Amino acid sequence: MDALDVARWQFGVTTVYHFLFVPLTIGLSVLVAILQTMWVRTGKERYLKLTKFYGKLFLINFAMGVVTGIVQEFQFGMNWSDYSRFVGDVFGAPLAIEALVAFFLESTFLGLWIFGWDRLPKRLHLGAIWAAAIGSNLSAYFILAANSFMQNPVGYRINPDTGRAELTDFVAMLTNKVALVTYPHTIAGAFLVAGSLIVAVALWHLIRNRDTTDTPTYRFAAKFGSWVTLIAAAGVLITGDTQGKIMTEVQPMKMAAAEGLYSTESPASFSVLTVGSLDGSRELFAIKIPYLLSYLGTGDLNGTVHGIDDLQAQYASQYGPGNYAPIIPVTYWSFRFMIAFGMTAAAIALLVLWTHRKGRAPRSKWLLRAGLLMPLLPLAANAFGWIFTEMGRQPWIVFGEMLTRDGVSRSVSLTEVLTSFTAFTLIYATLAVVEFRLLVRYAKAGVPDLTEQPENDDSHDDAERPLAFAY
Amino acid sequence: MELTTIWFLLIAVLFTGYFILEGFDFGVGMLLPVLGRDDRERRVLINTIGPVWDGNEVWLITAGGAMFAAFPEWYATMFSGFYLPLLLILLALIARGVAFEYRHKRPEPSWKRRWDAAIFFGSLVPALLWGVAFANILRGVPLSADHEYVGGLLDLLNPYALLGGVTTAALFLTHGAVFVALKTVGDIRERAGKLAVRVGVGAAVLAVAFLAWTLNIRSSTTAVALAAAAALALLGGLAAARARREGWAFAGTAAAIGLAVATLFAALFPNVLPSTLDAAGTLTATNAASTPYTLKIMSWIAVVFTPIVMAYQGWTYWVFRKRIGVAHIPQH
Repeated sequence: MDALDVARWQFGVTTVYHFLFVPLTIGLSVLVAILQTMWVRTGKERYLKLTKFYGKLFLINFAMGVVTGIVQEFQFGMNWSDYSRFVGDVFGAPLAIEALVAFFLESTFLGLWIFGWDRLPKRLHLGAIWAAAIGSNLSAYFILAANSFMQNPVGYRINPDTGRAELTDFVAMLTNKVALVTYPHTIAGAFLVAGSLIVAVALWHLIRNRDTTDTPTYRFAAKFGSWVTLIAAAGVLITGDTQGKIMTEVQPMKMAAAEGLYSTESPASFSVLTVGSLDGSRELFAIKIPYLLSYLGTGDLNGTVHGIDDLQAQYASQYGPGNYAPIIPVTYWSFRFMIAFGMTAAAIALLVLWTHRKGRAPRSKWLLRAGLLMPLLPLAANAFGWIFTEMGRQPWIVFGEMLTRDGVSRSVSLTEVLTSFTAFTLIYATLAVVEFRLLVRYAKAGVPDLTEQPENDDSHDDAERPLAFAY
Repeated sequence: MELTTIWFLLIAVLFTGYFILEGFDFGVGMLLPVLGRDDRERRVLINTIGPVWDGNEVWLITAGGAMFAAFPEWYATMFSGFYLPLLLILLALIARGVAFEYRHKRPEPSWKRRWDAAIFFGSLVPALLWGVAFANILRGVPLSADHEYVGGLLDLLNPYALLGGVTTAALFLTHGAVFVALKTVGDIRERAGKLAVRVGVGAAVLAVAFLAWTLNIRSSTTAVALAAAAALALLGGLAAARARREGWAFAGTAAAIGLAVATLFAALFPNVLPSTLDAAGTLTATNAASTPYTLKIMSWIAVVFTPIVMAYQGWTYWVFRKRIGVAHIPQH
């Protein structure tokens, strides 16, 4: 074990962890804004209840996303300083723009929204949640543009004197075709999580407490969330399909690794299940669908999909001796888990809509159990998607330009990285338990009873009136 | 003016903004066990910064991002070199950020006590360590000719840097107390006002000593003028605090912190991270910078968006301008 290994583990753990909170922030911010818009438009109490209820869950999650996000920005400099030196000219810009253009918007207006219920006029307060939601969704683009440079570097040159990447075309960097397709895929993935959470919580209340005054409210939420989940699932599929084709073109090794395809095939079959040798270098058993991989990768039933062995030989002659294949079992399985988990959530959403057809009510214990699992499935799909895309890029940190092992900080010792990895893991694990319990507690508490609030309490004059919300 | 100079100034502006804004919310966090005698008072304190602390912290994220984009060498060398202090700052910011949001989410006193501790230490640790970090930037650190940090943790814990840490903590404490006096009503306002003056005198002594030591290490005419202005602003702020002119007192401590940070950057220029070893290792605004192309694009974006951000963030402070007291804290 050396500092490089630990730095890699730390990046993996902190990134996957951070991304447990990001999808809900991205998706739920918009969904809460939509619910609040419906309330402002119609004046119906049920939408206000749902806004406040899901808004609370959103905020419990949001706090975690914010604090784990700072770690991500600092980590490049701390653990990956040679990478930072190499790409700073290109990669730093989207990060800085993200903070200036998106994070300020998100944080400032979210503060206004949380505390502004009684301080801002109704429409301005609604504007605040929309501004925060736009900020969240905008920030994702800049981060993905930065990440896409690592997958498919464009708009740059390597300065022969310094050996570093320099930005030559800002627009080309921002409109990287990988970024353009990864963004809608990521956003759709986020809505898959957010929609599922809305369904799960509503379903739990519907099955546990039947025929209360809030039943219609939860019915609406379950259906609303299911539709969001289904539309998001469609979005994930369509964008994922395009992504597969772009990946085949710009990162053929990653596509081959996703499939465990060792030798070039035309037409290529899609592997439903391949069991390889333990080190992942040979195929032992496989179930395959003919032509499908060719179609997914190239759009042509007879298209050529390059295999790992051929690409390895090609890269070795292009970049010098070395192993240019990622860890095949990891890419193969993470790719499949991503698809399976995401689609299972969509199937449950379909089932939920079915049980609600024509005024019927869901009663099944099994549906309840499936519903409770529902938000975890797309969350896992998101995590596996990131594991796939980042592990699939290996051994490169910037594809074709810099190897991951060359990006690590030279001045940071094994002890230092181990200290930080241990510290982050401990604090993250503790907070995960705390956060999960809080979410469950507040999800169980259900929608608020709005009649309790002393809106026009005459015993206080205006200056003494308690705040509508306080920490 | 050269682009690299403009970006040096912008980084200085971002850190100045960060320390002025998060300075008082660090101060409020450190004062939690001192001024908050019971749960309701502690909630008053937390709610004075509740709507704004997250927006304040984005100044740091922007400063970090801007350093990465405009001066990758500076960002890379400093963040890998100041490894353990930055790790502690990150852990502190994590604990405190979550604490604000979660503290009130359960009624048990033990739950609240733990988050109170997270807020206190989460505010104290960065308040100290930012001073240590910036003092070390000024003093210089052991850098090899290819700009790698070659020192250890102990190199960062020298007397000058420790003085820097105590100074920032004392300044933020004063700034926080003044802020509490400005934003609250009743008994807590009185106590905060008195405390501000007492702590402020100590902070002033520390600040003068630290700035004098700084100017002794490296200096420029501008830096001397800024340091003098910082000292005057702090004294003015303290006088206003004594006279219970809380608005002026806050303007004074804000200006003092801003001018003190500006002093550090003015003394540092044109270096960004001096080497105590080989002079070739010294990072400057020129040799640490990105290309003019990147800097030019970033400049346009900064020119357009910085005023917009300042306008809406300023407006937030206006929306939440009212003082709060224990009567404003809802029961639930």
